[in-house]
Amino acid sequence: MGAFILFLKLGPLFHVDGLVMSENFIELRNVRKEFAGVVALNDLSLTIRKGEIHCLAGENGSGKSTLIKVMSGVYQPDGGEISIDGNKVEHLSPMASIEHGVQVIYQDFSLFGNLTVAENLAMNVQLREQRHILNWRRMREIAKEAVSRLGVELDLDTDVEKLSTAGKQLVAIARALMSDARLIIMDEPTTALTGKEIETLFRIVRDIQSRGIAILFVSHKMREMLEISDHITVIRNGEKVADGPTRDFDEALITRHMTGLDIISEPYVWDQAQYGSQPARVETQNLSFGSDLDNINLSVRPGEIVGVSGLLGSGRTELALALFGMMPGYSGSIAISGQETKLATPQDAIHAGIAYVPEDRLSEGLFLTQGIDRNILSTSYEKLAPGLLIDQKKAEDWVDTMIRDMQIATPTGKKLVKELSGGNQQRVVIARWLLTNAKFLILNGPTVGVDVGSKAEIHRIIRELAQKEGLAVLMISDDVPELVHNCNRIVLMHRGAFVEEMASAETSEDQISDKLKNLT
Amino acid sequence: MTWFQKSEVVIAGILVLAMVIIGLVNPAFWSLDNMFSLLRSNVIIGIMALGVLLVMISGGIDVSFPAFAVAAMYLTVKGMIYFNYDGVLLPFVAAATMGALFGCLNAFFVYKFRMIPLIVTLGTGSMVRGFLLGVVGTSMININKMPDALIEFGKSDIVNMVKADGSTYGLTAMILVYVGLAIALHLVLRHTMIGRGVYALGGDPEAASRVGFNIRKITFFIYCVAGALAGFAGLLHSGMIWLANPRDFVGLELDVIAAVVLGGASIFGGRGSVLGTMLGVFMLVMVKNSLIIMKIDTTWQRVVVGVIIVIATAITAWRDRRANA
Repeated sequence: MGAFILFLKLGPLFHVDGLVMSENFIELRNVRKEFAGVVALNDLSLTIRKGEIHCLAGENGSGKSTLIKVMSGVYQPDGGEISIDGNKVEHLSPMASIEHGVQVIYQDFSLFGNLTVAENLAMNVQLREQRHILNWRRMREIAKEAVSRLGVELDLDTDVEKLSTAGKQLVAIARALMSDARLIIMDEPTTALTGKEIETLFRIVRDIQSRGIAILFVSHKMREMLEISDHITVIRNGEKVADGPTRDFDEALITRHMTGLDIISEPYVWDQAQYGSQPARVETQNLSFGSDLDNINLSVRPGEIVGVSGLLGSGRTELALALFGMMPGYSGSIAISGQETKLATPQDAIHAGIAYVPEDRLSEGLFLTQGIDRNILSTSYEKLAPGLLIDQKKAEDWVDTMIRDMQIATPTGKKLVKELSGGNQQRVVIARWLLTNAKFLILNGPTVGVDVGSKAEIHRIIRELAQKEGLAVLMISDDVPELVHNCNRIVLMHRGAFVEEMASAETSEDQISDKLKNLT
Repeated sequence: MTWFQKSEVVIAGILVLAMVIIGLVNPAFWSLDNMFSLLRSNVIIGIMALGVLLVMISGGIDVSFPAFAVAAMYLTVKGMIYFNYDGVLLPFVAAATMGALFGCLNAFFVYKFRMIPLIVTLGTGSMVRGFLLGVVGTSMININKMPDALIEFGKSDIVNMVKADGSTYGLTAMILVYVGLAIALHLVLRHTMIGRGVYALGGDPEAASRVGFNIRKITFFIYCVAGALAGFAGLLHSGMIWLANPRDFVGLELDVIAAVVLGGASIFGGRGSVLGTMLGVFMLVMVKNSLIIMKIDTTWQRVVVGVIIVIATAITAWRDRRANA
């Protein structure tokens, strides 16, 4: 958790009484913003009352970031008006926005990793005072005050880059509070936090609220929104589609508003009649590796989607790596379609028809600055170039087929992968592996950072591939609902061993979550 | 951070160790004569290193300063001869100003076009050197033509000693100029807002502009000061060797960058200190000086400098990556 201890008192959950909530802090009326003719915000109205926790929900690309930038004065709207404290603001510049008490905590926190906590905290104040000479003593005082206002303990002399993500976030929040904030906008604040850190964050958010500071919580995680907020606004394609007190919403309703679709989730059923007679695609016997893997007996048959859950460090990632030939020196045996196979390198695994989509697809799996085509083909060039030259015609065909089959939203295969949404990027990675004729697909955290609509789409594609093509899938995930809805079996891992196996049809999300909590 | 983890302490430790080893191999190393000449060799590289340090903290790199130094030096000396000027202060102001103007050129391209500093400074350095040789001239100005005031200034010593054989040696006063500039830069980096802005820029340029630093002002400050230091060092150099050679300082950028990296500055920006840089400069000069004492061929000195750059950069890169993990 980093080097801070909380000694906050937990205040009452909501201060929803007439007095606090009666006045509006900021009002946007029919705000419009276009970029080169593309409408980013379409006559959008939003009201944030003083001291409320307001959630702004929307998928990637729905206009959330644009809206934040309008409120923080970075973008000037093309139409509509903005009022703060009931007074119309003619031209909201970044400086004016800060002076009105609007503070944004960006996803990357905008901190200086090479400077100490104290300096990071005091920098804004000293800049605002237009100092030329730095007063290190006063800087420490400012920093101390900032930290005590937040009610946490942070080592002021540590370099920020040495802090955990949660620690960095605390510094960013403490810095925002320094400037007499009245509205703190948090952009996807929970993305990189663990469950416990999220609880801590929520306590702090409520504490901030109890001082009459409004918070705009920008997110696409439904459970968090429902837990923390007083009011929810959902936007889609730059328009407001829903707006109301949180008690009027539930997960399904928010999802429907965010995506405009009804996403039904039925549990996945393995077609035993069709695939039951075939040998297991992958079968391990007493697979062990040091203390990471302890006598794993896993069998995945064609058409099965097997889920693996467990805490961080339970050995679930190591299992994936071992099956992908990245942990040579394992003991025990691995059989592929009934044949014992030595998996000493990733090449061995690819030859055996195994594909692996890693956890951090952005840094491990994709060439972001290259086109979709090259990314998709990157594992297949050997097959495309029987002689010296690449068969360009065939390459194009393959790319087109994959873009169509995987429904990647792009006009052309030349589009750069970094310009795609998270969901489409994930599809590119899967497409690449399907081209290698993979028979066994290992997915590690397949939908981390992917929005609801794309998530459902990825799930649909995986299930379809398993059902129709007989692809065997091993799905490793933290997201319990994801596992319950998409797997026919789920195994729990702990300290390198399988501790329990459940049929998805006979278990529930809560049961699994409870079991995970009880693992120590 | 405890004191023994500080880069400066580590560098100082390595430096002392190296001095002991070199002293054991060659006891002449510890002679006062050798020490004085060692310190003298620190001055020019040291002043230039201060400029490079500033650029490197901000996340950039500068390879144009030797060209700026030689241009400022040659033009100033020519001017002094032309006007028959025999002061010292004004020429140094002129050389520094010229260097600063050249530096502005770097800043303009780096800021305005968001260009990679390496490419910008490669280009501007080549341009300035080319113009100097093509337009101003290629002839050396020897001691007989050099302005006397400059030579006299370069000759000033703090202490003078007489050897047993009657020859004299001394510690050059130029070391005071170097230390003075170093202290000034240290104060700027550590205690002024613009100095902290340089670190902030090197840490995260996007965040620096979000908290309200004036990136344009800081960029111009960095490259102009680096240029001014180079111009100043160039003129000082000619006063110390009694010669103005328009082809001087070729390949010096490698030595200076090696010294700055050796001093613990990060090639990724955001880290580095004046004290560390001074230690790095001393270490580099000492190693080269020992190679000469040990009569090792100059071509091998290039190898040593190359090895130092690679190893020192690898260590700092490894350190910074670990810090970010």
